[in-house]
Amino acid sequence: MTEAPTALPDDDILEQALNWRKEGRDVALATVIKTWGSAPRPVGSQLAIDETGNMIGSVSGGCVEGAVIQEALEILKSGEIKTLEFGVSDDQAWEVGLACGGSINVFVEKLN
Amino acid sequence: MDTSLLTELQQARQDKRQVVLAVNLKTGAERLLYPFETRETSDLLEAARAALNNDKPAEIETAEGSVFLNIFNPKLRLFIVGAVHIAQCLVPIAAGADYDVTVIDPRRSFGSDFRFPDVTLDNRWPDEALAELNPDRRTAIVTLTHDAKLDDPALRHALKSDAFYIGALGSNRTHTKRHDRLIEAGFTEADFSRIHGPIGLDIGAKSPAEIAISIMAEITAVLRQKAVK
Repeated sequence: MTEAPTALPDDDILEQALNWRKEGRDVALATVIKTWGSAPRPVGSQLAIDETGNMIGSVSGGCVEGAVIQEALEILKSGEIKTLEFGVSDDQAWEVGLACGGSINVFVEKLN
Repeated sequence: MDTSLLTELQQARQDKRQVVLAVNLKTGAERLLYPFETRETSDLLEAARAALNNDKPAEIETAEGSVFLNIFNPKLRLFIVGAVHIAQCLVPIAAGADYDVTVIDPRRSFGSDFRFPDVTLDNRWPDEALAELNPDRRTAIVTLTHDAKLDDPALRHALKSDAFYIGALGSNRTHTKRHDRLIEAGFTEADFSRIHGPIGLDIGAKSPAEIAISIMAEITAVLRQKAVK
């Protein structure tokens, strides 16, 4: 008889974020709140980032994570909330745009 | 977000509650909603219910600004009563559709690890097993034993639960007899109408694998709120 699985997966993003907080680390949380066209990760997808740049989860499958981490580290200092917009029409597109041609909005906040 | 709110969210998810995290995108104010645990109605609660039902986060406009509703649905579960041949076909299909599957059968020669190597097996009587597994709004229950001694206790328990789908294998004739027994046991016609029987979408299924496909198709249709028989 196999044991029934627990309610949360081993690699649960929010659980990891919570564990980081328990260890006394500063943690930011990024959430995809809107997508247009073909976006790599669906609305609701999350990425947790700690103060040293460790991350778990994903908001785009790698396309814009670098930029999100940079913003997240700023937000850890400022404590503000921010909505980031990424898309092909964006000035940053050549650097951190979405290869698939879609756009996404990412909400970033600090865990207090 | 406050760490205490995140702690509460994680506890709710551990407890398999359907919970929504509502975030005001302008102010950053956040709160948790349990829209199926209240009878209250509001635009916010209705939007949260719809988001949970659609398995899809949503954004709504409120007087206080845009609010993002991130949804946390517990994993879907499927309880199969009867470790029969159809169950052997149904287990991998349901697992592939991302259900946590439990096969319940007290007859150990049926419900053996040898026949079901990759699934949670429960060798208790169905009513006893279901009492502990506690089927909820994210649970489907199917009975496949053809044996009233095993199917009926499971169905009686299922009908008292919030399971979103209940299906019972058997012909129309079997289903009529099942109807009479459950009515005799005190269930209403409305209760009985929750049972999908004969089980499965009518796709002309013949083999156990085809029947498993028809069952999974029906469960999916009900989950996604498509009209079925």
